[in-house]
Amino acid sequence: MSARLIWKATLGFYIALFFGFLFGPLVVMSVTAFNTPSYPQVWPFEGFTLDWFAKLYADRNLMEGLVNSFFIGAFVVALSVPLGLAGAIVMTQIYSPARSLYYLVVVSPVLTPGVIIGISTVIFWKDVTELSGAQSLFNGMFLATLGQATFISAYCMLIFLSRLQRYDRVQEEAALDLGASRTQVFFDILLPFLRPAIFSAAVIAFLSSFENYNTTTFAILANKTLTTVLAGRVRAGTTPAISAMAVVIIGVTVASAIVYETVKRAELRREAARARAG
Amino acid sequence: MTNPFTAALIFALPLAVILAFVALALIERRRGGNVGAPSFFQRNGTPVAIFLIAAVAFWALVLIVFPQLYMVDYSFHPKLPQIKRGGPEDLYTLENYRYFLFGSTQKTDHWNTTHLNAFWLTIFVSTIITMVNFAICYPLAYFMAQVAKAQTVLKLMVLPVIPYWINEILRAFAFRILLGTGGLLNNVAIAAGLIHEPIDFIGHDIALYAGLTYAYLLIMMFPLYNAIESLDRNQIEAARDLGAPWWHIHLFIVMPFAKPGIASGATLVFMLCAGALAAPLVLGGPKTLWFTPIVYDRFFQAFNWPQGAAYAIILC
Repeated sequence: MSARLIWKATLGFYIALFFGFLFGPLVVMSVTAFNTPSYPQVWPFEGFTLDWFAKLYADRNLMEGLVNSFFIGAFVVALSVPLGLAGAIVMTQIYSPARSLYYLVVVSPVLTPGVIIGISTVIFWKDVTELSGAQSLFNGMFLATLGQATFISAYCMLIFLSRLQRYDRVQEEAALDLGASRTQVFFDILLPFLRPAIFSAAVIAFLSSFENYNTTTFAILANKTLTTVLAGRVRAGTTPAISAMAVVIIGVTVASAIVYETVKRAELRREAARARAG
Repeated sequence: MTNPFTAALIFALPLAVILAFVALALIERRRGGNVGAPSFFQRNGTPVAIFLIAAVAFWALVLIVFPQLYMVDYSFHPKLPQIKRGGPEDLYTLENYRYFLFGSTQKTDHWNTTHLNAFWLTIFVSTIITMVNFAICYPLAYFMAQVAKAQTVLKLMVLPVIPYWINEILRAFAFRILLGTGGLLNNVAIAAGLIHEPIDFIGHDIALYAGLTYAYLLIMMFPLYNAIESLDRNQIEAARDLGAPWWHIHLFIVMPFAKPGIASGATLVFMLCAGALAAPLVLGGPKTLWFTPIVYDRFFQAFNWPQGAAYAIILC
C-alpha cells in the first residue's frame, strides 16, 4: 500500500514540476511588468506600478504593428480557411494513385522551416510582380499574407480532414433523392456539417498568423507587424514594457481560449442533442 | 530573372505531372466502362468543382511548389545588381554553396569552419533537445492516456495550450528575465549564498537550450498522447500478469505501439528546433552560432539573396 502512495506522490511531484516549468517563466515575466525598476526584475519587488503599460500604449511603432497584425490575420483567415477546405475535400476525392504525392505536397509546408517559406515567397513574388508590371503588389502586407497562408492553409486542411472522416455520405444521397442539386448539397449539407471545423480553423489560423515571426520577418519587407517590432525591441534591450505587452497578450489569449472552449462545447452539446432527437 | 528554359521547366514540370495523372485517371475510367462512380464535376456540381480545382491549384502550385522550385534555381545564380540579371554574366554557378563550405566564392583551400560548425551544432543540439523533450513528455503522456480519469485529462489538456499561443519572442524573453546575469535565478542564488558571481547562462548558451526545450515541449506532448491513448489497456494488464517488469512494458509494448506518434512528434520538434529563429536571436549570446540566424544575416546584413537562398536549401 505504501509503495502505491510513494508512486502517487512521485507522480504528483512530476506533474507539478512539469506545469511549473510550463507556467513559471510566464508568471515571472508577468510580475516584472508591475515592478518599478527599469530592468525587468521580480525580486526584490520594489514597488507596484502601471507605468509600463502607459509606455506601451504610447509606443507608436508597436501600435502600428498591432494594427497590421490584425489586418494580416484577417486576410490569412479569409484565404486559408477556403484553401484548407478545398484541399481537404479534394483529398477525399482525388484519383488514388496521385493521393500520396498530393498529400506530400500540401503537408510539406507544415514541416518546412518558416524561414524558408518566407524567403521563397519573397524571391518568387519579386520576379513575378516585376515581370507582370504589378510592382505595387510587392509589399509587405500582401507577401506576409501569402507566406503565412502557405502553411496555415495546411493546418486548416488537417482540421477539415479530421472532421470529414466522420461525414456520412448517406445524408448527401438522401438530399439528392429528394431533388437537391449538387451545389445545394454542398451549401446546405456539407458546409453546415463542417461548421465547427470552420470555426476551429478560423481561430487557429488567426492565432497562428498573429504569433508568427519566422516567415513574417522576411515577407513583411519594409512594413511591420507586432512580432517584428517586438523582436526589434527585445534585441535592443530588455525593458519591463515588453513584459507589460506579454501580460496583455496572455490576458487576451486566456480570454479567447475560454470563449473558444465555451463556444465549442455549446456546439458539441447542440450536436449531441440533435443526434438524440434524430 | 531566370533564363527562359529553367523558367519553363519550373512552371511546366508540375503541370505535366498533374496532366499525366489526369490522363491516367481518364484512361482508367474508360477501361472500367464508366460504371457507377460519377466524375469529379458530376459529383460536386460544376460551380463547386471549379472552386475546388482553382483553390487547390492556387495553393499547391502558386503558393507551395513554384516558390520552392524558384528558390532552388535562384540559389545557383551569382549576386548581381538588378540591371545585370538575365544578362551575359548571369550564369549558373555553385559559388553560393562553395561559400558555405569554404568561406569564399572562389578558393577552396580551407573550410568555412564558422558556418560548418554552426550547421553541425544546430543539428546536434536539435537532436538532443528532441530526445530531452521526449523524455520529459513520455511519462506524463502515458499517465494522461492510460492512468488518469477522463475529467482530469480534459483539465490537463486545456491548461498547456495557453503558453503555446504566446508568441515565440515573448517566451524567449521570459527566459531572458529568468536566466540573465541580473535575472531571477542569479539573484536568488546569490542571496542564498550559493554563488558569489552571477553565472552567464546566456553567454554559455544554456538559456538558449532551455528556451528551445520549453518552446516545443507541447509539440511533442500531443502526438504522444494521441498515440498512447489508442493502446488497449488489456495488453498492459496481460504483460503484467505474465510477469513483465515495468520497463519491459514500456520498452516492448507501449513504445512500439506509439511509434507513429513518437515519430511525428520527434520530426516536428526537430524541424522546428533546427529552423528556430526567434529564440536564437533573443537568447543567443555574442558567440552563439545557430544556423537560422546565419541565413537571416545573409539576407539582411550581407544583402546577398542568392546566398541566403542557398543557405536556406542547406537547412532543408
